Amino acid sequence: MSEGKAHITNYSTLAMVLGSLLVLTWATVSITSINLGPWSVTAALLIALLKATLVLLYFMHLKFDSKLLKISFTAVIVVFFLVILLTFFDYLFR
Amino acid sequence: MGPQTYNSFFTVHGIIMIFVIVIPGLPAVFGNFFLPIMIGARDVIFPKLNLLSWYLYVLGILTVLTSLFTFGGAPDTGWTFYAPYSFKTTTNMFPAVLGAFILGFSSILTGLNFITTIHRMRAPGMKFSNMPLFVWSIYGTGWIQLFATPIVGITLMMVIAERFLHIGFFDPALGGDPVLYQHLFWIYSHPAVYIMILPAMGVISEIIPTFARKGIFGYNAIVASTMAIAVVGYFVWAHHMFTSGMSTTAQFTFSLLTFLVAIPSAIKVFNWVATLYKGSIRIEVPLIWALGFMFLFMIGGFTGLFLGSVATDVHVHNTSFVVAHFHYIIFGGMGSAFMAAAHYWLPKMYGRMYNKFWATVGWATFFIGFNVLYFPMFILGYQGMPRRYYDYLGQFHNLNVVSTIGSWILATGLIITIVNLIRGARNGPKAGMNPWEGRTLEWTVPSPPPPENFDVIPDLTSTSTAH
Ligand SMILES: [Cu+2]
Repeated sequence: MSEGKAHITNYSTLAMVLGSLLVLTWATVSITSINLGPWSVTAALLIALLKATLVLLYFMHLKFDSKLLKISFTAVIVVFFLVILLTFFDYLFR
Repeated sequence: MGPQTYNSFFTVHGIIMIFVIVIPGLPAVFGNFFLPIMIGARDVIFPKLNLLSWYLYVLGILTVLTSLFTFGGAPDTGWTFYAPYSFKTTTNMFPAVLGAFILGFSSILTGLNFITTIHRMRAPGMKFSNMPLFVWSIYGTGWIQLFATPIVGITLMMVIAERFLHIGFFDPALGGDPVLYQHLFWIYSHPAVYIMILPAMGVISEIIPTFARKGIFGYNAIVASTMAIAVVGYFVWAHHMFTSGMSTTAQFTFSLLTFLVAIPSAIKVFNWVATLYKGSIRIEVPLIWALGFMFLFMIGGFTGLFLGSVATDVHVHNTSFVVAHFHYIIFGGMGSAFMAAAHYWLPKMYGRMYNKFWATVGWATFFIGFNVLYFPMFILGYQGMPRRYYDYLGQFHNLNVVSTIGSWILATGLIITIVNLIRGARNGPKAGMNPWEGRTLEWTVPSPPPPENFDVIPDLTSTSTAH
């Protein structure tokens, strides 16, 4: 990507992202006090996923990058998800 | 030969052939040379990264080779490094595993380089919709290399960590799961089979139309099947583990997915045959190798379905049936495609033609020897001869002798072929710019191509060539 197109995100957006990350961190911690059984891991992972998405989109500028990069990145995540899913076809049904 | 030596032999044979020869073979030799020319570029986009990939490759080979001669003796786990044995054996596992890890990096960098080159360096008018099929196959392969190889890298690191730090990933005594190792290993190593075979299919898709003197039948279907193999091939890995104690749900899921991935391969074979149909066929050495590829690949592919269905797999699992199937695909398939590519492009690479008579004799000897060597293994495996045993029962003796004789014939064929190619490259008659009347871009430059391929970057916007 050419240097001239470097995108500058304004401070209020960055502050909002930071705020959401802190709130989500608090959520991760506090959710451990509620007994959700096997779902507590799921909940923690979902929150982590949300946080990672925010970091990638804003702090790592994926939101402003070319379409090809977005597609390849999403593809990695999808493949990763499917691989985990299929692996659990073994572990959950043993 | 004692049992320990035998174990080392099949292990080192596997590691070297898979990681050093077959995975990089076609992309590194012909991909590096012809990918830029075929899309009308002067070189790949990151030449220095390419060089780094080469250095890593050499370093990886040297690391694997150290495992043979240093203390502990050659590794004896099989090329799959299955846990828990791989972190318990006293043989030299560490260098072998580390070498495979380094070779993996080399493979990732090559894939990255090729994908970026295809996206950024195509000549004007060279669109994805008219790109040569060999380039498409390299493109699909690149994505597999990029997505799958890191997983085996991590897995091999986990084996090393397990061995030295006793973490408990795979060791049941520490709460680990050996089957997890098999999952992780095959998540890479099944797609790796497609890293091997996709470029081979790409070569065949170039050669068949050239010698049928006809456009390829179903260009879009071949492209779609290439990408379908790259995607679906990712989700079939556990068909290697039907007998490992996996859940039944996983067994039938992976069996179904395995049957699905056979469809795109069949589409390709259908399209190659349809291209030949009513073509103005010119029988030349590259075409003979390509036809041999189709024959051997089909036998390998169909026997793959025996292994992909759970019931028959339980019967033939870990017998020489598997050995025969795998060698039909990789040696008969990818090996034949490599030879087809060598006979197709050698006149371009060296500007000289080999002796066609001896090339044909070499092919015929190889083809006969190959079938005499590997076909008996299907029968032996079906009768229950296990693989990776240094001895066999008396009832298997006759077919094993046949197989051994086949290996001599095969070796003779390979020697004839290779010597003939080398002699042709050195002192064959001048081949000219386009000996096969090919229609892709590499045939528009002199043989051998000048250092930067093109004086002027070709412009294809007005023509409809390329495929
Ligand atoms: Cu497989």
